[in-house]
Amino acid sequence: MVIVEQQKRVLLQGNEAIVAGALAAGCRFFAGYPITPASEISELLSVKLPELGGTFIQMEDEIASMGAVIGASLAGTKSMTATSGPGFSLMQENIGYACVAEVPCVIVNVMRGGPSTGLPTSPSQGDVQMARWGTHGDHPIIVLAVSSVSDCFSVTIKAFNLSEKYRTPVIILSDEVVAHTREAVALPDAEQIRLIDRIKPDVPPEWYTPYADNNRGVPDMAALGDGYRHHITGLIHDDRGYPTQNSQEVEKFHKRIHGKISKGFQEIMVTKAHLMEDAEIFVIAYGSVARSALKAVRDARAEGIKAGLLQLITLFPFPRKSVDTYLRQCRVVIVPEMNMGQMSREISRINQANCRIVKHNRIDGHLINPEEILRHLTTV
Amino acid sequence: MLERAEIIRKEYLRHDKKFPHVWCPGCGNGIVMGALLRGIHGLQLSKDDIVLTSGIGCSGRMPTYIDFNTIHTTHGRALTFSTGIKLAKPELTVIAVMGDGDATAIGGNHFIHAARRNINLTAIIINNSTYGMTGGQYSPTTPFGSKSTTSVYGHVEHAFSIAELAVTAGASFVARGTVYHAVHLEEIIQQAIMTRGFSVVEVISNCHVQHGRRNKLGGAVEMITSYKENAVMIGKAAKMSPEELEGKFTIGILANVKKPVSSEQYQRVIAEARQNAEKIASEKETNGVKRYEE
Repeated sequence: MVIVEQQKRVLLQGNEAIVAGALAAGCRFFAGYPITPASEISELLSVKLPELGGTFIQMEDEIASMGAVIGASLAGTKSMTATSGPGFSLMQENIGYACVAEVPCVIVNVMRGGPSTGLPTSPSQGDVQMARWGTHGDHPIIVLAVSSVSDCFSVTIKAFNLSEKYRTPVIILSDEVVAHTREAVALPDAEQIRLIDRIKPDVPPEWYTPYADNNRGVPDMAALGDGYRHHITGLIHDDRGYPTQNSQEVEKFHKRIHGKISKGFQEIMVTKAHLMEDAEIFVIAYGSVARSALKAVRDARAEGIKAGLLQLITLFPFPRKSVDTYLRQCRVVIVPEMNMGQMSREISRINQANCRIVKHNRIDGHLINPEEILRHLTTV
Repeated sequence: MLERAEIIRKEYLRHDKKFPHVWCPGCGNGIVMGALLRGIHGLQLSKDDIVLTSGIGCSGRMPTYIDFNTIHTTHGRALTFSTGIKLAKPELTVIAVMGDGDATAIGGNHFIHAARRNINLTAIIINNSTYGMTGGQYSPTTPFGSKSTTSVYGHVEHAFSIAELAVTAGASFVARGTVYHAVHLEEIIQQAIMTRGFSVVEVISNCHVQHGRRNKLGGAVEMITSYKENAVMIGKAAKMSPEELEGKFTIGILANVKKPVSSEQYQRVIAEARQNAEKIASEKETNGVKRYEE
């Protein structure tokens, strides 16, 4: 038995764990374009996908990668891509298409310093608001953040499950530190992993209405070639998928695609509370910074300070309920980020309890240390 | 002929909402759509197995009207979506219909790479020398000196030859036709669909509303008649002098080559990778047992 357990514990870097998570989730198509610090994901999948009968392709750019991912998903295959800031910019056009045509897919953005070509390849969290609002127009989207190698595995599975269940693109924000850190992780057996697949129509093809509303707000999805011939477009469309400018149909469409995410808030919004029960002061952090924050909180506890950490796994939709609870409980919140304060804006937006918000921003291409956060915890 | 037209109307068009179409009276797009449907009807392909994709623009609206699996993608990206579809489900017949701006300006990179990659797809490019839907701006195929809403002083750039570009980029099958030569068009579309590998059909078409009007090329009838007068079959053109070819353009098959198709080659990759993985797994198993015994 011991031997079996030892075999399961493996040394992986974050990017490798994302690959393991994607394959465990049933991903069988990947299209991408080389970019540091995400390239390991491509390289590994180019080996692993064909072993499982899946397909890897390196496209001519990230626009094409995103297009191919959508195409493969429409054909019924769980699909993903991985990139970093500059590539993520190029993907925005087709991410919007996936939102409007409701195509499940997963996009990994291993963040590096930006803007533009920026700071390759130092860690950053500069793409947080872009992940939410990068593509034009009002659109719903799910954004998850990973802070450890084991997160990379489990959050990637969650990303696929959410994308399939809600028929939406899901963005995973990693960063250079998480991507290249190696940690020993115990991966669960395939039987222990709960997988969700998109629901296919079971009505005869002539009854199928591809974008009809139902109690979930998520229409059943037929794969291309399954006999349910229908039209798919990036134009705002009616229940049958045909373009419409009828104001009632347009409004109904928007309300449904936003509503389907709202209906799933409870399941979609994930946060982890560390030492929060009696906390008087707390840190909100995500990504690699959450690791530093946890260390800082433990050190502060050792000094007798009632500190806690609220780690955000889901960044968008913003986990308002959970954050609000602790803003009411504590007198101060420290928000360390490797950007100019992109998530602290969200926290300020909902801060009706008037909890004091202390921002700590670092944009010099280095990870925020536990000491920097501890300094705030001991002085505020 | 009429009977066939009636079958095609009933069998292949979507009648539940989508007519009348958006195209102007006399537009060449309808002729291309007719040739495509007659070609597919002749090949007796199942509608369930055909995916028709498009980009943005007048050509982009074509799939909306046709009862296949249809996807109206983003501007210039039809071939990228098509690539994903074909690789994920190789048994589908995937056809992309695009315009000249769609395929060779915003989608130019995807176009040459799809040709180089040689995936089993068919691209139909309706070349009307302008951006019709947005009001007649110059496109990559607007002739030198022509007027458009963004080149009122005469166009200072040179035009792409789309079919020649496709040949150079490595497409397996390349042909050019016109909306005048509708029967010929149907034949080359059929050949393109039947070709293993990336195939391209460039169709010279009229936009008399945006391009013709501004360049004194006449209405739909005059423009389409000019294709009759100026198009020369490739074989015949080879025997003509440069003087005789002045102001003419060639139609017919520019390339028809057999070479490995990447979407088929990838099946070999899968087989090899699987074999390799099984070998490693069985080795691991033997080693694991040994260690346990020790």
